[in-house]
Amino acid sequence: MFDESLKSSALPKLAVWKFASCDGCQLSLLNCEEELLTVAGAVSIAYFPEATRGVVEGPYDVSLVEGSVTSPEEIERIGQIREMSKTLVTLGACATSGGIQALRNFADVAEFRSIVYAHPEYLSTLARSTPISAHVSVDFELRGCPIDKGQLLEVLAALVESRRPRIPTYSVCAECKRRGNVCVMVANGTPCLGPVTQAGCGALCPTYERGCYGCFGPQNTPNTAALSDQLVAAGMPPEVAMRVYRTFNAAAEPFRRESERQERAVAVAGKGAGR
Amino acid sequence: MADGARIIGREQLARLVEVLAARGYAVMAPTVRGGAVVLDEVHGVDELPWDVGDVQEPGSYRLTERGDGAVFGQAAAVKAIKPVLFPPDELIWRGHRSGTQFSVTDREGQPQRPVAFLGVRSCDLRALAQHDRVLADRAFPDTRYLRRREGVFLAAVTCADPADACFCTSMGGGPHPEEGYDLALTELVDPHRFVVEIGTELGAQVLAEVGSEAAAPEDLAAVRDQIASATERMTRSMDTDGLRDLLYASAESPVWDEVGNRCLTCMNCTMVCPTCFCTTVEDVSSLGSADAERRRVWDSCFSEEFAHIHGGSLRTEAKSRYRQWLTHKLGAWQDQFDALGCVGCGRCITWCPVGIDLTAEVAKLRAAAPLSVGGAR
Ligand code: SF4
Ligand code: SF4
Ligand code: SF4
Ligand code: SF4
Ligand code: SF4
Repeated sequence: MFDESLKSSALPKLAVWKFASCDGCQLSLLNCEEELLTVAGAVSIAYFPEATRGVVEGPYDVSLVEGSVTSPEEIERIGQIREMSKTLVTLGACATSGGIQALRNFADVAEFRSIVYAHPEYLSTLARSTPISAHVSVDFELRGCPIDKGQLLEVLAALVESRRPRIPTYSVCAECKRRGNVCVMVANGTPCLGPVTQAGCGALCPTYERGCYGCFGPQNTPNTAALSDQLVAAGMPPEVAMRVYRTFNAAAEPFRRESERQERAVAVAGKGAGR
Repeated sequence: MADGARIIGREQLARLVEVLAARGYAVMAPTVRGGAVVLDEVHGVDELPWDVGDVQEPGSYRLTERGDGAVFGQAAAVKAIKPVLFPPDELIWRGHRSGTQFSVTDREGQPQRPVAFLGVRSCDLRALAQHDRVLADRAFPDTRYLRRREGVFLAAVTCADPADACFCTSMGGGPHPEEGYDLALTELVDPHRFVVEIGTELGAQVLAEVGSEAAAPEDLAAVRDQIASATERMTRSMDTDGLRDLLYASAESPVWDEVGNRCLTCMNCTMVCPTCFCTTVEDVSSLGSADAERRRVWDSCFSEEFAHIHGGSLRTEAKSRYRQWLTHKLGAWQDQFDALGCVGCGRCITWCPVGIDLTAEVAKLRAAAPLSVGGAR
């Protein structure tokens, strides 16, 4: 519950926006359940179509933006939102790195379009899915597919209290070890992207004895090449080593670079075999 | 080996767990969790890893079936004493704001039951001595550590079967616990029994409650044989001669570039290391709450933020972080604490996801260094 003694008369106005995305990150906000009343006490929710029909006109103190930019219309819209917002925070892998839909960046969109839609000519879509930061300045980026609700509450608290958010940028391994997990990679040979992925989820997947698949995107000094070399040495075929980076953060620079490096390795191996 | 060694059987081992529990201890002993042996709370000897062995190599850990029924037949457990006495995340204080006033409401955190460790190794005891020195033997001791430490009961065991990753003999230790224990057990199979050495008065009292017999000369000879064979089988080693000067003189060595290319800066090595003690302090406040907490959380010199000062991080590259780790453990530690910061337990070798081996890195530094600073001879 919101501590009434902290109540201030002018609550910051919060807006939640959606671009190309699955709504999962916005749902994390609705999933806050117990904390939702606290959120409602700390900020005034001025625009959040997923949750309420009421609309308070801008400008806004805080805009939370979910989704990536995939159409010309969205480029224009994100510019308008930026102008109306004092602080802009992106929510999740789509908004922060382009999301799973950035797989189109590695392929031919026209071809996809003709396969999927009966009348592709009605569709106006961009060749690439890009993060919000490719178009406007972003004040803070929340990682994850979906985001961690604790991290979202932390960022909101930091904004309200005018302090720095406590969001680590080191590896998932740090959280994994603090949590007392046994490493799935060392003890089971399960491929795990934890060493190159940013913490924040509390090492969720390794806690259930599964490898991390990198949904929080790269940690701040990721050595993807060394991890891939280890995975390949342990028996992972290069085409799989390529694909492990082609998921929710495929277009995040360190992951993109590594998947393309593996792609070249596959091509070279293919040529060798063909001879 | 001490005079007056005693002998107990499997029933008395079970009795030992019961006696310790009856005395109010949380009994932490080896047990299998998530495909590895770790020290965790057990409520009876059936939770112990009977007949379980382990293979620990750079970057790889696998459980095996021993076939001889031994219960302590593994090398160092990934989690042993450190996370218990020096928790990864700990409350320092909690405070409350009312109006413009602020008061501290909790400085104690969760009270913890005294802990009895059963099955810790010689390297664990030596690492514990390091933590005692670093955390307690100073002008302002870590009071929470001290409180937990003071109530601890230590029943150590001899390592009969060191892993490929182990190299305690070259770091001044060995498979047999030499000091710092209440009881020290050496497991003998065929027939299955445990030779018990008594280290303290408390250990003697506990053993008296358990019941034991005097060990026979053949039992003691078997213990000596086990220690000798375990020592002999430990093939990994580190040359510690002039190590501090070697590291200080190697600051610009090309070896760091090469290991920096392989290092993931993932922090696993420092987190599993029983002597690493670095922490960061985090202030936690949550939305709409008038309560705040200050917490102490394990940190590591492999994180970029760790060396963040005004203007940025001092160690932006992996190579400078790896250099910091090794230079601190094996060099600066000697200046600070008059000892090596490594006890040779091999954990950082096994649990490094890419199998980086500090003994190999030290050998490379030696090979690359001039003779005058302890280079290869
Ligand atoms: S399980 Fe994954 S995240 Fe956890 S320590 Fe191992 S590599 Fe890192
Ligand atoms: S462990 Fe990895 S994949 Fe799983 S939630 Fe965390 S960041 Fe995402
Ligand atoms: S540096 Fe490695 S081998 Fe030495 S004590 Fe730490 S974990 Fe054990
Ligand atoms: S090696 Fe690194 S983490 Fe370990 S004690 Fe030294 S500075 Fe701290
Ligand atoms: S040495 Fe190994 S465990 Fe340590 S940070 Fe580098 S990759 Fe991780």
